Amino acid sequence: MSWIAQHAELIFCIVGCMLVTAIPRMGPVMFLQADSLPPALRHWLSFVPVSVMAALLGQDIFFYNGVFSLSWTNLYLVAAVPSLLVAWRTQSFFGTIAMAMGFVAAGRALGVWQ
Amino acid sequence: MSCPAATGKGAGAAASPFWDGVRRALPIVLGYVPVAFAFGVLAVKNHIPPSLAIAMSMLIFAGSGQFVLAGLWGAGAGALSVIVAVFVVNLRHLLMSAAIAPHLSSLPRWQRGLFGFEMTDETFGVHITAFQHGWKLATTTLFTCNVTAQLSWIAGTALGAFCGGLITDVKPLGLDYALTAMFLALVVPQCSSRLHLLTGIFAAVLSLGFKMAGMGQWNVVAATIVAATAGTALFLRQERREGRGQDGNAGGAAV
Repeated sequence: MSWIAQHAELIFCIVGCMLVTAIPRMGPVMFLQADSLPPALRHWLSFVPVSVMAALLGQDIFFYNGVFSLSWTNLYLVAAVPSLLVAWRTQSFFGTIAMAMGFVAAGRALGVWQ
Repeated sequence: MSCPAATGKGAGAAASPFWDGVRRALPIVLGYVPVAFAFGVLAVKNHIPPSLAIAMSMLIFAGSGQFVLAGLWGAGAGALSVIVAVFVVNLRHLLMSAAIAPHLSSLPRWQRGLFGFEMTDETFGVHITAFQHGWKLATTTLFTCNVTAQLSWIAGTALGAFCGGLITDVKPLGLDYALTAMFLALVVPQCSSRLHLLTGIFAAVLSLGFKMAGMGQWNVVAATIVAATAGTALFLRQERREGRGQDGNAGGAAV
């Protein structure tokens, strides 16, 4: 049996996944006429970046090692606090990232967090 | 407001649009390589040949989507149910694509298509933030950033798929926090008004709540839609109260 025949279903699956990923990504940016949108929809779109980024963060920082945690043992949540402060006070992009990753690495190196 | 990475104008910034693009992709690369590595390892573990794992990173280029694919495939799910699951996970990109469309309207349609193909949470995040800080679209920077990000994703996948035993733990370096760190840096300048801040908090709480309520992969897209709608409703009410005109952009800080 040829390699392609052997993996036919997986290849079909990958092509299908490519289509369902690419179409939502490409469709609006290619075909949306931004100038002709009603004002309410334009306002709505202006709230999408903050909403989607916060939604992604919300599901990331409240889980540590795959478990929901609101306590100080959640290193992701604890590290977010000084990082957000740095981002707010300094507006520094790389500074914030360095703070966040440095905090996580140091917290583990010092043995405070697992 | 200075946002050097996003505008490429920071101290010591490279002068060329090409290097601006590489610079903009840098934190993304830092996050992608270990995540893609983990994906490569997982794919092989789930009976996906390395060549097809790499093909996924070239053709799909979606972190959560590819993990869902590899996980479900390993669990023996049928192709159609995998495709449906991946569609749901990546549906949030429909909203991002619409939100960034006004900023890219000067590009030819095929370039907008190419941009969309490589648009991830992370590339969307850095570009939309740059636009909001008055970045003047430079095609070279835009595509250099996206291609650099995707190349690092493909390289990480290949490393994981072929030499999975190489690295067992990225935790000591804090690399598992790299992408979260980047979103922490990106979300703060998004909160440009009290209303945007409230909307963001609402979205984070909703996304978490939906996830805990067992909504599966719908949580991010559902939270985004509900929070953005609430934000818009409050904004329009506030605008009506203050008796401002319907000129469309008043107070709409982001677009």
